[in-house]
Parts: sequence; C-alpha cells; structure tokens
Amino acid sequence: MDIVSIRDFSREQIEHVLDVAEGMLPVARGDEKSKLLDGKVLGSLFYEPSTRTRLSFDAAMARLGGRTLGFDEPKGSSVAKGETLADTIRMVDAYCDVIVLRHPQEGAARLAGHFASKPVLNAGDGAGQHPTQTMLDLFTIRKSKGKIGGNHVVIVGDLKYGRTVHSLSEALAMFGAQLTFVAPPTLQMPKEHLKHIQSMGSKPKSSSDLAEAVKDADVLYVTRIQKERFPDPAEYQKVAGAYTIDPALLKDAKSDLTIMHPLPRVNEISPEVDKTPHAKYFEQAFNGVPVRMALLAMVLGAVE
Amino acid sequence: MKEFKVTPIRNGTVIDHIQVGMALKVLRIVGVKDDVNSTVSVLMHVPSKMAGWKDIVKIEDRELDPKELDRIALISPDATINIIRDYNVAEKFVVTVPERIVGIMKCSNPGCITNKNEPVEPEFVVETKKPITLRCVYCDRVTTDISENVV
Repeated sequence: MDIVSIRDFSREQIEHVLDVAEGMLPVARGDEKSKLLDGKVLGSLFYEPSTRTRLSFDAAMARLGGRTLGFDEPKGSSVAKGETLADTIRMVDAYCDVIVLRHPQEGAARLAGHFASKPVLNAGDGAGQHPTQTMLDLFTIRKSKGKIGGNHVVIVGDLKYGRTVHSLSEALAMFGAQLTFVAPPTLQMPKEHLKHIQSMGSKPKSSSDLAEAVKDADVLYVTRIQKERFPDPAEYQKVAGAYTIDPALLKDAKSDLTIMHPLPRVNEISPEVDKTPHAKYFEQAFNGVPVRMALLAMVLGAVE
Repeated sequence: MKEFKVTPIRNGTVIDHIQVGMALKVLRIVGVKDDVNSTVSVLMHVPSKMAGWKDIVKIEDRELDPKELDRIALISPDATINIIRDYNVAEKFVVTVPERIVGIMKCSNPGCITNKNEPVEPEFVVETKKPITLRCVYCDRVTTDISENVV
C-alpha cells in the first residue's frame, strides 16, 4: 500500500488513520515506549530540503523502534551522477522496508510506487501532493475542535502555488467543512481546483478581506506568501502587510479560534499570537509525529 | 463524366470525418514520411453533412494498428476508419477513445516526472470523452489540449 495522494483516501479511511494516530500519542510524546517497528528500516529520500517532514518521519520511526537510512540532499549520492529515480528506488527498495520520498517533480511518488515492492509514502512531490501534511492538519483540527466537518475554515495566503492548501481544502470539502479562501488577487485558488472542490458539493467563498473572514472562523489556516512570486518588492510588502495575523486582527475573532500554519513562517503570524490560546501551529508540527507513526505502522502491517 | 478529385483506392485505409484541420496531425500519427512506397491522399476542408467541414486521409496498401487508431481517436473522436480491400469497404467503424491512454501522449505539465528521463510511459485516465479531458496518472494534471501532446 502506497500513500501518494489524499485523493486515494475515503473519509472513513482518513478517520481511521486519525484514530490510530490518536492511540500513538503517548509513544510520540515519549511517555511510553514501543517496539512496534523493531528491526524495520525506513529509506528516507529527500531530493529537496525539508526540516519538519524529514525530522518527524525520523522521529516517528525511532519512537516505534525502527531505524532510518537515506539522504537529505541528492548531492554526493548517485542521484548527482544522473541516476534515474526509478533506479534509485529499486536500489533503496532492496535495503529497507518502507520508503519516504520528497522530490521536486510532480508525480514522482506515484512513479516510485510503480518501481518499489515496498510501500512508498509521498512526503511532497513538487507542486503536487503532500498527503501526510494533510493528515496531520486534519488531525490537528479534529483534536482542537473535536470534529472536522461543520467547522468554518478560513485559508489565507498563497493559494495559487501552495500545495498544502490544495490537498487540505479538498479533504476539508470531503468532510463537509465550510471554506473561505482569502488571498491577494494574483495568488487566488486556481479555477481548476475550485471546480474540483465544488464538484464535491462544497460552496467555498473567496474574499480579500481577512478581518471580515476571521470574525466568523473556527479555524484560520495561514500559509506563507513567498516574496519571489512578486516581481515588484513594493507590491510584496503591501500584500504581506495586509495578511499578517496579529492581536489587533484577532480582537473580533471567536474565543476558541484555532490558528494553524504548516511552518516555516516568516512574518505571517506575529510572535505575540504565539502566547494566545489560538496558536496551534507548534502543536500541529508535533502532530506530524503521531500521524506519521500511524501511517508507517499501517503500511508495514503492524497495525490494521 | 464525374470528375474525381481523388480516385478510389484498391487496398488500404480511408480515414474519414477527421476533425477539420487535423489531417496533417493524422499523417504524423500514421507516420507518413519519405520512405512511404504507396500513395497517400489528403483532403482538407471538405464539405461534411455532419460537421460542416472535415478532413479525409487515404493511405494505400496500409492498415492501421490499434495504437495508431487510439491516437487518431484522441485528436478526432468522430473519425471513421474504412478498410478497403479490392475496392470494397471490408470494414467500417468509428474510432473509440480508450479508457486509459498509455504511451501515446505526453503530459502537458513540464514539471511532471514522466517528462524527465525516467523509464516510464506516460499514462492517462479519460475523465470525459466529449470533449476529451485526460488526467495524468502520475501528476494528476488535467489536459484538454490533446493534439499538442499526442506523440
């Protein structure tokens, strides 16, 4: 079983993964020890830099008694000599029990799945999918709000290029959450993606007025607006300033508003927000560990 | 006496009802190059009762293989194939768009792994047949610009 795209999962299957992840929490925190994946080896292939995803997969494997081998940049490996991904995968497949892949090309994880006999977990393929991030985001929402569907989720930032928000909004639509997208005009959600979400029965709203959207939000999901997307630095400054989350913006927000961010953040959320009960982004980063533990244990057959 | 613009062929294939403007792409698909030993006739912008205008390609002494038919179906889903044997139409059928498209089209997404030097054939699921939209099995990109990407 490979984990390539969130689209491969039904709502029930996602709920099940989140249930298993819930059960992993004491081990993820280090309060309990586990030998569930004792003797198992994870092949961790990161063709692009990553901090949270790579470390949390490492932590997940270690917490379950398994080990990790691999690389975190292709320099110095046979990849730099021009080896195809297919060949690298076939080689790593022989060395380990499960493969985690991050790659700059879209569809790389699906390809890896075709060549590997061992399960492949997609840790992000270019502008494509990042299903384990979506799972941990859903886990965080469920943990914080008690449910996923029925929440009003406002997603703000770079909605055009951000792969995280594409997968997440699809999953949220599947769960029946109400969606509002807030982005500068040049970084709005792509039409094709909007159509896909609407085909699932969702009626997402689009807005450029963050302050208005936040008033009614249960969850505010913030993503980084990348400077390099703007040819004019002055335009970037204007946009970045308009979408900064600070205490002033939150004064009319619901008292139990949950604020999330896939991190790393730059200036999107002011540090003063960190101390408020709204801030869940560090907990969200931690949740990568139990969710990835659950997925590793499930694909390796240690948990049903 | 009736004047024929193109004479009937004895043996071979007549590809009729080609979407107007697609005849040259059909020629590329069936691989008509310098080394062809028989006659190939191309009619472009022919009046058609069904579609207003159409293209027709006649290839003597050649019958098409299934992959060629699939490619033609992608760029011209209403094309009909007439297989001619000894001046008679031995078989006649409309091309059909297959459910899965393997190895006959490249992905329109330049960032797709299948456009890199990997040992895989691009593969697509047919999302809709009219108009044809294809989804890449690898990168999920939906392509509607079929004729540009048929290989």
